[in-house]
Amino acid sequence: MDPVAAKYIGAGLACLGMGLAAMGVGNIFGNFVAGALRNPSAAAGQFTNAIVGAALAEGLGIFALVVALVLLFVV
Amino acid sequence: MADPIKQFELVPIVPITIGTGDFSFTNSALHMFIIVGLTAAFLLLTTSGRRLVPTRMQSMAEMAYEFVAGTVRQTAGTDGMKFFPLVFSLFMFVLLANLVGMVPGAFTVTSHIIVTAALAMLVISTVIVYGIWKHGTHWFALFAPSGLPKVILPLIVVIEVISFISRPISLSLRLFGNMTAGHIALKVFAGFVTAMAGAGALGFLGAALPVFMITALTALEFLVAALQAYVFTILTCIYLNDALHPGHH
Repeated sequence: MDPVAAKYIGAGLACLGMGLAAMGVGNIFGNFVAGALRNPSAAAGQFTNAIVGAALAEGLGIFALVVALVLLFVV
Repeated sequence: MADPIKQFELVPIVPITIGTGDFSFTNSALHMFIIVGLTAAFLLLTTSGRRLVPTRMQSMAEMAYEFVAGTVRQTAGTDGMKFFPLVFSLFMFVLLANLVGMVPGAFTVTSHIIVTAALAMLVISTVIVYGIWKHGTHWFALFAPSGLPKVILPLIVVIEVISFISRPISLSLRLFGNMTAGHIALKVFAGFVTAMAGAGALGFLGAALPVFMITALTALEFLVAALQAYVFTILTCIYLNDALHPGHH
C-alpha cells in the first residue's frame, strides 16, 4: 500500500476512538440528568463529579485525536 | 481552501538569537503578556474601590474569587487553601487564554502543547515536591491503597503508578486537544463558506448553511473555553488533594 494512503487511513481509524469517547461522555451526562430528575435537590452537589467524569472520559478521546493529528502532520 | 493549521503558526516579532538557540519574542509570547496584563488590570481595577456593597465590576471579581475558592475548599479541603494563589492564577490564565483565542485573528496560546504541558508539569511537580516535603515516605502510600489483599497489591501498585504518570499527559493533552480541535473545526467551516460563496449564485445561497453552523460552533467554543478552564482547575485541586491527604481517597 502507498505509505501516504496508509497514513490517512490510520488517521481515519484513530478518529473512531473519538466516537467511543463520545459514547462515554453521553453515558455520564445521561445518567447524571436521569439521577437529577429523580432527586433534583442532590443534583447541584454532584455536578462537579459529572464534570470530572466527563473530563476523564473525554481525555481518552483526545488521545485518539492526538494520534490522528500526529499521523496527519508529524509522521 | 486556506490551511486550517496556519492559525497556530508561531511568528517571531522581535527575533532574538542567543548562541544557536532561538529566543525570539513571538506572537505567542505577546498574547501571554496581553493575557497577564488583562487579568492584572481586571482584578486591580475592579477591587481598587473595595466597597462594602460591591459595584457590578467588583462583584465579577468577587464571583471569580469565590468560585475558585469554593472549588478548592470542596475538593482539597480547607487546608488546600494554601494552594489558592496557584489554583486561581492557573484558572485565570487558562480562562483568559481560551477567551482571548476566541477573538478573531488572535492567537490561542493554549493550542500549543508546550504551553499546556508546562502548566501540567508545574501542577504535578508541586504535588510531588509538596507531598514528599510534607509527608516524607508516607506520601508513597498514595500508590498502595490500604485494606487490599497482599496477592493483588503488586498489580494495584503498578496500575496506580501508571495512572499517576498519565495525569500530566492527560491534563495537558485535554486542554491542548480541545482548543486545537475547536479552532480547526471553526476554520474548516469558515473555509466551506468562502469556497461555496465563490462557486456561483446557487453556492452563494448554499453558503448560508455553514454560516449557521459556524455561528453555533462559535457559541459551543465559548462554552468549551470556560468549561476546559474549570476542568483544568478542578483536576488541579484533585491532584493537590493527593499531596495534602495521601491515602484518603
